[in-house]
Amino acid sequence: MTELWQGVVRAVELIVALDPEVMEIAGRSLALAATSCGIASLVCLPLGSLIHFNSFRGKRFLVNLIQTFYSIPTVAIGLFVFVFLSRVGPLGELGLMFTPAAIVIGQMLLVTPIILGLTISALRGVDKALPETAISLGADRVQAAVLTIREARFAILTAVIMGFGRAISEVGLSLMVGGNIKGFTRTITTAISLETSKGDIELSIALGIILISLALVINIALNRLQQR
Amino acid sequence: MQERIAFCLFTGLLVLGLLLGVAGCSARGGELLPKKERLRVATTTSLYDTGLWGYLEPMFEEKYGVEVDVLYAGTGIALEYGRRGDVDVITVHSKAREEAFVSEGYGVERVPFAYNYFLIVGPDSDPAGIKGMSPEGAFAKLQGTGSEAFVSRGDDSGTHGKEKAIWESAGFDYEDVRKAGDWYIEAGRGMGPTLLMASEKQAYTLADMGTFLAYKGKIDLVPIVDKGSALLNVYSAIACNPDKNSKVNHEMANNMVNFLTSPEIQELLGDYGTEEYGMSLFAPCAGAEPSS
Repeated sequence: MTELWQGVVRAVELIVALDPEVMEIAGRSLALAATSCGIASLVCLPLGSLIHFNSFRGKRFLVNLIQTFYSIPTVAIGLFVFVFLSRVGPLGELGLMFTPAAIVIGQMLLVTPIILGLTISALRGVDKALPETAISLGADRVQAAVLTIREARFAILTAVIMGFGRAISEVGLSLMVGGNIKGFTRTITTAISLETSKGDIELSIALGIILISLALVINIALNRLQQR
Repeated sequence: MQERIAFCLFTGLLVLGLLLGVAGCSARGGELLPKKERLRVATTTSLYDTGLWGYLEPMFEEKYGVEVDVLYAGTGIALEYGRRGDVDVITVHSKAREEAFVSEGYGVERVPFAYNYFLIVGPDSDPAGIKGMSPEGAFAKLQGTGSEAFVSRGDDSGTHGKEKAIWESAGFDYEDVRKAGDWYIEAGRGMGPTLLMASEKQAYTLADMGTFLAYKGKIDLVPIVDKGSALLNVYSAIACNPDKNSKVNHEMANNMVNFLTSPEIQELLGDYGTEEYGMSLFAPCAGAEPSS
């Protein structure tokens, strides 16, 4: 128990002192997750709308498949990215292995199904009467779709936040394709993994608390946004 | 209105994170994608967990104006990174596999640069009564007793390789040992975590002296067997062969090998740890195989 308490004290100390190393890895965690989530969102929002507003054969199966990938293990994606980006792999020429870019690619693959699937669910949650009424009042299909997306915007934002949460909290993939290189690919989660293996439990707890604090700040912002 | 403020707050936060991250990266000369010359070193966990690389890295970076990326992994995966061309130089400790790595053409030359000894560590009370025995005898007794737990690295690392070799020379088939019973535990982790696990379980384990000393204050284990020629632990540096992977930074990899065997670094190596642990963690052996 004392370890837990000392961890809390250490976390406060590190935050108050703006410890440069901790700020650096926290900033990197945030930046990598934000970048991968941002890019994934840019792809998923239009793609999700396209899937929702069109009916085609196998649509239900596609959605099921997307939802299955919610639970893909991060190490499985790590392995996949490793095989592709390693110098002897198909994309080895790019030299991206063990760089932050490799982590971003992996995190994008990780969060894409989540953001895509939840976007589709969000759009599905909008009352069908809304687009139908719009069309009966003379709107065309595109206008009706835009109306639906607007109505679903908070649920879509939740999808993005879910993806962000998954990206910032993963560790297996960052370790595997980032390599936890000090000052280059070390993030909060990989640092926790290393410090725990070194037996520095206090620092690990402190870093964990910092990660949760970051998530808290982001969620408070989201809640305020949803309250309107 | 409030919605807009909150939205701005949220985006602002993300942008701030991005800036912070980029600032953090560029503070050490890095970008999201590497621009500066970099040297990738894959090292066995024992050289990383002892803090040796944290100590040597800035010196090398300063001397050669290069960014060194140190990846810590067991000898098995470190050699695999080398085979795949993902690193430029490796520092590991498993002679037979290093020689295979060089003869397969992946490594240029195996250059020993430091050594120390392995230890069989365990609870102070020594419940299996193996104190003072030879490593082979101690393993045989552990196997015979079958009740006192032994934690194996189980991760195909250099230490794991050494453990297998001791089992073999004690007259056991390693696959049989693995299945021998609940007392034989495969951790599948690095040296540090394995020591922590052995301490939690009050079990025996085979550890390199450097990592053991570095973790001494955190664990409740003592050296039980520390004599025997089987316990010699030699660390070598191998530059990856540019003939296999043209992208490797061969010039800088050679600089690293020369750096590690240079007189000044050898002297620092010999002293490393004396201040913190009261004794040195490594003995230098510049380029030559230590005899015992």
